[in-house]
Amino acid sequence: MRFLLVEDNPELSASVVDRLSLDGHAVDAARDLSAAEDYLASTDYDLILLDIMLPDGDGRDFLTRHRRDNRRTPVIVVTARSEISDRVGVLDLGADDYITKPFDFSELQARCRAVLRRHDGNARNEKQVGDASLDLLAGTLSVAGIPKPLRNRELRLAEVFFAAPERIFSKSHLMDRLFSYDEDVSENAIEVYVGRLRKKLEGGNVQIETVRGLGYRLVAEV
Amino acid sequence: MQDNILAASTTSIAEAVRAERNTLGLELPYAALSMLGAISDDRVFYRVAQNGLTLTGYDDLPIDVSDEAEILFKTEAFRSAVIRSATLTRKISVDGRLNDVTVTVAQTREGLGEISARISLIALLVGLGFFVLAVSLSAFATGRTLRPLDVLANAVSRRGPSDLRPVKAEAPTEIVPLVTALNRFIERLETSLTRSEDFIAEAAHRVRTPLATVRAQAEIALRRVERPENKTALRQMIRAVDESSRSAGQLLDHAMVTFRADHMEFDTVDLSALVADTVERLAPLGDLKDISLRLGTMPSNAMLKCDPILIQNALRNIIDNAIKYSPGDSDIDIALTADDAHYTITVRDEGIGFSDMKTSELARRFSRGPNVGEIVGSGLGLTICKEVAIAHGGTLEMKDNPGRGGCVSLVLPH
Repeated sequence: MRFLLVEDNPELSASVVDRLSLDGHAVDAARDLSAAEDYLASTDYDLILLDIMLPDGDGRDFLTRHRRDNRRTPVIVVTARSEISDRVGVLDLGADDYITKPFDFSELQARCRAVLRRHDGNARNEKQVGDASLDLLAGTLSVAGIPKPLRNRELRLAEVFFAAPERIFSKSHLMDRLFSYDEDVSENAIEVYVGRLRKKLEGGNVQIETVRGLGYRLVAEV
Repeated sequence: MQDNILAASTTSIAEAVRAERNTLGLELPYAALSMLGAISDDRVFYRVAQNGLTLTGYDDLPIDVSDEAEILFKTEAFRSAVIRSATLTRKISVDGRLNDVTVTVAQTREGLGEISARISLIALLVGLGFFVLAVSLSAFATGRTLRPLDVLANAVSRRGPSDLRPVKAEAPTEIVPLVTALNRFIERLETSLTRSEDFIAEAAHRVRTPLATVRAQAEIALRRVERPENKTALRQMIRAVDESSRSAGQLLDHAMVTFRADHMEFDTVDLSALVADTVERLAPLGDLKDISLRLGTMPSNAMLKCDPILIQNALRNIIDNAIKYSPGDSDIDIALTADDAHYTITVRDEGIGFSDMKTSELARRFSRGPNVGEIVGSGLGLTICKEVAIAHGGTLEMKDNPGRGGCVSLVLPH
């Protein structure tokens, strides 16, 4: 998926690009509204992440123009204030969702996914490994042509494995991707989710291997 | 007036008295008496006496001896009427002897009283008439003049708290300065409101953007470091960032809720749609922990007159709490029910529940349960919910489910 990030703080912008790229998205970063217009004029984006306070104007004006011109690209507003304190809510101006700074990347990811899913139910963003294919938007895994619905954590775990087949992921790395820091879980909890995902993968030629002492990896039988 | 005529006729009668050889002669000047008849229909009496003996006129008219050339006026009762009399005494010498000649002319006062009574009555009526006319005219005039003021007052008092457009009521020239002053005041108020709103937004932006950077960098670093103590340090850092941003956000929300509760702006909204919408917005948050937000059956046409932003904020706080305090892989059930008098929004989770802490204590500002553990919170969420409930005349109820988890109900009268 191709994202456009409109954010004037260079460090924050770099981190968001970094993190979204990790999820396999292509992200262009615009520093202000005029740069954003330039990007939009040359490329089609699947999603726009929009800051409100920008050096050359108010993101809400951009949003109003965007909707007035009937451009359909969904917009998630990244705002520093909560909705209740704004006299005109960004949702009323046509934003698809908003997220408050500072945000949890997993939450941003979840909101992006929800907006994209809502926006275009037919969009496909699939990753194929062996005879298993993972639809990131719909959140479904199909194994040898049979669809298997995944819950969110199973999906996120599958996302990590499908992004880099053959690569070994440590338990602690997977923990960080699956659990928020304030969830009191032991590393064994990962085993539970790996177990569930293995069950979903049954019936195909792809499986999750345990690499003793190192972690797990996704392999396809040849 | 009466006295002058009485005096004139007394004097002219007295002058008509003359000494003739050894007696007094009097040719009564009738003109003197007819003068009296001219002013009213009152009866006229006269008496001329020599040394107290009546020469001519009414014997019983009381006489007084006055000083020479001095007219004595008197008001007294005579023949069952009130009379005004004038008496003049002259000394006339007859045969070398000095005689006191007393002339008294009197007239009843009835006609005069009647006249003056009539005059007073007319004067009274005229005065009263003028008074009534003046009062009604001025009432009419003030009413007309002040009607624009009423219109103006109505226009201003009917406004909602956020309506800061200038007043455009038509006003007569006299009130134009007032309207201008009012509009200038509204303008200043709007400027200062906008300025403080901009300030809050700017402050929030300046504080939260670097916090977001810190959090993002920490999250990325967390993925790269391997040593457990480094990971712990980074987790604590993220936790601190979340805690501070959450408290700041909740404090601001709390202030906004208090402000809005004071200036309630009511809208009639479909509560079912509002609940469904709020749940949909929070679903991604639940997803992160594999928590399903399950929406129960909703009554159709659940219209409620309320401040939708407040209700939404309260509901978001309740569901947010439920997600925070629930374990992964659990369900949260949200339902809206209606009875004759109330709508009840119920949020039931499988989390840690409320332990033994009382509802009233949990809803107090900055108070948190003893069983929160490591979970980030400001202790303001339920306070906000309770204030929203109270502002709508409703209540917030918290109890533990039989078995597991907690149940929060927002009860709103309709």
